[in-house]
Amino acid sequence: MDPRRGPLAVPKVRRVGFFTSIEPSPETPRPNRSLSGPAEAITSSSPLSDSPSGQFISPVQIPPSRHHSDNLASRAAPVPVPGPSAFRRQLANDRALHVGSYNPVDSLLGTSPPSSNGEVSEDSGSLFGFQRSDSAKLSASFPNGGFDMTLRVRAPQESEAKVAIASTSDGRKKNVEASGEGESVAAKPLKEKETKSLKEKTSKAERRAIQEAQRAAKAAAKGEGSKRAGESSRPKPSKPAKQPQPKKEAPQATSSVSEKRAVSVEKERRMDVPQTQMQYDDKSRVDKAKRRSVVEQTESKNKVELFLHLPQYERGNQLPNLSSNIFSLDTIHHAVYKVGLQHLAGDIAGDNARCIAMLHAFQEAINDYTTPPMKDLTMDLTAKINGYVSFLIECRPLSMSMGNAIRFLKNQIRKLPVDLSEPEAKASLCSEIGRFIDEKILLADKVIVQHAVTKIRDGEVLLTYGFSCVVEMILLYAHEIGRKFRVVIVDSRPNLEGQKLLRRLVTRGLDCTYTHINAVSYIMGEVTRVFLGASSIFSNGTLYSKVGTACVAMVANAFSVPVIVCCEAYKFHERVLLDSICSNELGDPDAIANVPLRNNKKHSKTMDNNKNLQFLNLMYDSTPAEYISMIVTDYGMIPPTSIPVIVREYRREDLLL
Amino acid sequence: MDFLERATETHLRRIFSRKQLKRKKNLKSMWRRSASFILDRSSNSPPMADTTQTPFQNPDAISAYYQTRAAHHGVITSDWLAQAQAAVEQPDSSVSDLGAERSFNVIDEFNGWRKQPDLAEAVAAIRAMAAVIRASEATTMMELEIELKKASDTLKSWDKTSISLTAGCDLFIRYVTRTSALEYEDFNSAKSRLLERAEKFGEISCKARKIIAMLSQDFIFDGCTVLVHGLSRVVLEVLKTAAQNNKLFRVLCTEGRPDGTGVLLSNELSKLDIPVKLLLDSAVAYSMDEVDMVFVGADGVVESGGIINMMGTYQIALVAHSMNKPVYVAAESYKFARLYPLDQKDMAPALRPIEFGVKIPAKVEVERSARDYTPPQYLTLLFTDLGVLSPSVVSDELIQLYL
Repeated sequence: MDPRRGPLAVPKVRRVGFFTSIEPSPETPRPNRSLSGPAEAITSSSPLSDSPSGQFISPVQIPPSRHHSDNLASRAAPVPVPGPSAFRRQLANDRALHVGSYNPVDSLLGTSPPSSNGEVSEDSGSLFGFQRSDSAKLSASFPNGGFDMTLRVRAPQESEAKVAIASTSDGRKKNVEASGEGESVAAKPLKEKETKSLKEKTSKAERRAIQEAQRAAKAAAKGEGSKRAGESSRPKPSKPAKQPQPKKEAPQATSSVSEKRAVSVEKERRMDVPQTQMQYDDKSRVDKAKRRSVVEQTESKNKVELFLHLPQYERGNQLPNLSSNIFSLDTIHHAVYKVGLQHLAGDIAGDNARCIAMLHAFQEAINDYTTPPMKDLTMDLTAKINGYVSFLIECRPLSMSMGNAIRFLKNQIRKLPVDLSEPEAKASLCSEIGRFIDEKILLADKVIVQHAVTKIRDGEVLLTYGFSCVVEMILLYAHEIGRKFRVVIVDSRPNLEGQKLLRRLVTRGLDCTYTHINAVSYIMGEVTRVFLGASSIFSNGTLYSKVGTACVAMVANAFSVPVIVCCEAYKFHERVLLDSICSNELGDPDAIANVPLRNNKKHSKTMDNNKNLQFLNLMYDSTPAEYISMIVTDYGMIPPTSIPVIVREYRREDLLL
Repeated sequence: MDFLERATETHLRRIFSRKQLKRKKNLKSMWRRSASFILDRSSNSPPMADTTQTPFQNPDAISAYYQTRAAHHGVITSDWLAQAQAAVEQPDSSVSDLGAERSFNVIDEFNGWRKQPDLAEAVAAIRAMAAVIRASEATTMMELEIELKKASDTLKSWDKTSISLTAGCDLFIRYVTRTSALEYEDFNSAKSRLLERAEKFGEISCKARKIIAMLSQDFIFDGCTVLVHGLSRVVLEVLKTAAQNNKLFRVLCTEGRPDGTGVLLSNELSKLDIPVKLLLDSAVAYSMDEVDMVFVGADGVVESGGIINMMGTYQIALVAHSMNKPVYVAAESYKFARLYPLDQKDMAPALRPIEFGVKIPAKVEVERSARDYTPPQYLTLLFTDLGVLSPSVVSDELIQLYL
């Protein structure tokens, strides 16, 4: 179901929670989460072949029907098409009555020369992906028109993208089959029957042989394909998570002209689509990124299984190295470099502060920028900014708000009039960045304070978690205008940011209580309002904030204490977030292991070498919308259900266009 | 024009002075028996205190909004209509000279409109604001806008407890000034354009009730039982239209203490031959299992999508929610307010007198709040003149209106 879980070796026994990554057994490969490489074929197809044989089915479990499990598998990993016949078998199940009309075409294809056939169907497949509207014409021009028709019938159940993929991979599949035929003669009659019971009837060894043959054929087809024009840019067939996006299909068009157009279209689309996080369990991509990177990060040995897709590096050891070669670097502007190092060292914390620092650095970098000869300012500057951004990401993953700010900046660059001279363009960009900082961050904070203060009455007890600069401003302002209230500051290890807030509030004469998150359910009884800061809020109202926020919000909800989230509108994100796993940041695991004021150096050393122990220091968590009573933003006080309205109505002029 | 305003002004003075005399006679019965008590806003404070008060200041103790409501409830039973009309139209020679000094006053204008029993307070406010434009002597657009703003501020501060008054004023200013008319070069044409818009807005507001009644017909099916709380003119219109469409349904009316709104509503419904049953307010949970839907009006619809309505709505919604019955709210869009109460005490209190029939010892405190806040999660749908909305859409509409 979950595409990320698709290729796990043991699909039926689903392990939940944090478990150590001890090798299961010497001969079976470790369940590699990386979705690329040759190992993939084994991992993705082995569940298909192994699970039905009953190894993992406990006596109480009802074995799922074959049809069903095939469905699941093909849905989970649509592109690699694990068993060559899986897809067709499923088709046959769906359209059992049409077997007669379907078979001749198939057999015809199967016997025709593989190279030309593959060419044609591949081509048509990508066409199909593009102009699905005139299917009648297309299906008439295809040799396998009937096949496409069946697909079309089935289409409403599947996503459109899936259909396109299925039809493109179809050609490849045929290839495989044709060349694999000689070796697996025994399997052929069964295939042509197209019955469900195909796998039950073949023995394990036979299936193994088929698989082997298919893999070889696939490799051959791939090699062949890479020689062809336009084929080189085709995505590797082993990225199920990426594949369903139609833009990936674009470069498959064989003619070079259409390919170019497709590439440009794809580029444009890529600009519009918010950048998805890099998946760090994807080996090839990580390697590629490493080659480009400036910062040499050593990967940490301490990895938690569930969070392999997040970047996790040893902290602290690269800082001296980086600061020493600050003068030798010419690709990264020194201001950006400085901000990057500050992020890395943790000198700048807090989303707003990080974002402002980054924008100021960009301002400086743009000021010092000169367009190289024979280059376009828009293009070159965008590339430069991209370089800076990837450097910053290497230092520390960007927060959502920074991502939004970067998108704003890139759009400003893109919108620059062509006839503007370079100094003018630079000045206008710098002033736009300044305006963004003033309006979207600083002024927004002031407006939020004005709104939020109306919700603080005399005699209230306000609870806040961690440190948020907006909440601090609200509390100080409310105190200034003479409201009588008490503040409960809830804090948590390892950062103990709440102490900073506590110090600032106490020096200003506020009545404070300080406690740790362990005591939140105890203290919540006397609290009348909870004020929380935010790192980002997603379109479904999910709050993405410092880890522990969800806990506080849920406890507050259980005590029916209203939870007020203060968040500037530029931090709203149009994506949807469902859990805290997909998108998160890993902090320094040692911070959890080491308790200050306790001499446990020896202790931690023994723990370091323990294979069964992993430290997980998550930075963020997500709070579902139902635990939030109100969001205070620069557009006023709104319920969490109205986030998409703000994103829709007010982002348009800033970001898109 | 000027003459008209003075006339209304003098009416007010007259009524006010007459009222003071009357109050001394029968203070107790006034709450229910006099249609013109509207202007008498100090009925629960000691009678001595208010002699010095100007009629334009709203004493804090009692919510003027709920007094108007109560007055209008009285008016609906038709014998009151006559009395109200008489009170307004009867010329009085004892005109106080106070009125002559002021040329125009929004509140007078507002009160003039407010006395019309079928006109909601917000619509009265809208009419009054339109009159402000008409009477304005401003020569520039900016001046006119400032004048409008001032007028709306006075209206709003006159009765802070009324949500629909505040919302109506805000919406009016939004609707009127958010137009290209402000870019006309000729001031007079711009002004007439504004006036046009103002009239149009007034008309839309007037028609809202009919639209809502039409929209809600799909939800009232034959053989259903409707629980109604409070006396809402919109809900009455909805039920009336349903009865006219020959729908067969039954209505359960809560009694609606302390002003007996349910009794009045059941009276009206029985005139329309709708089978109606009167309940005690405390019998809601008892009879909820025979109810198919709950229908309530609203004093104000707030940004979260919840409603502020007559006391008791919240608990009815809670009971209905726990028994999985739909709760429908009928509210005109001019009741949408930019408020966001977090809990019941998060609103300016709107108090009203409550009679218990027996003498309450001095040491016993009485909860006199007239309204409560129902959070959005207990409401199913809102019928408004913008369409049938789910509670979360209210905020969307408000954002689009105000930002």
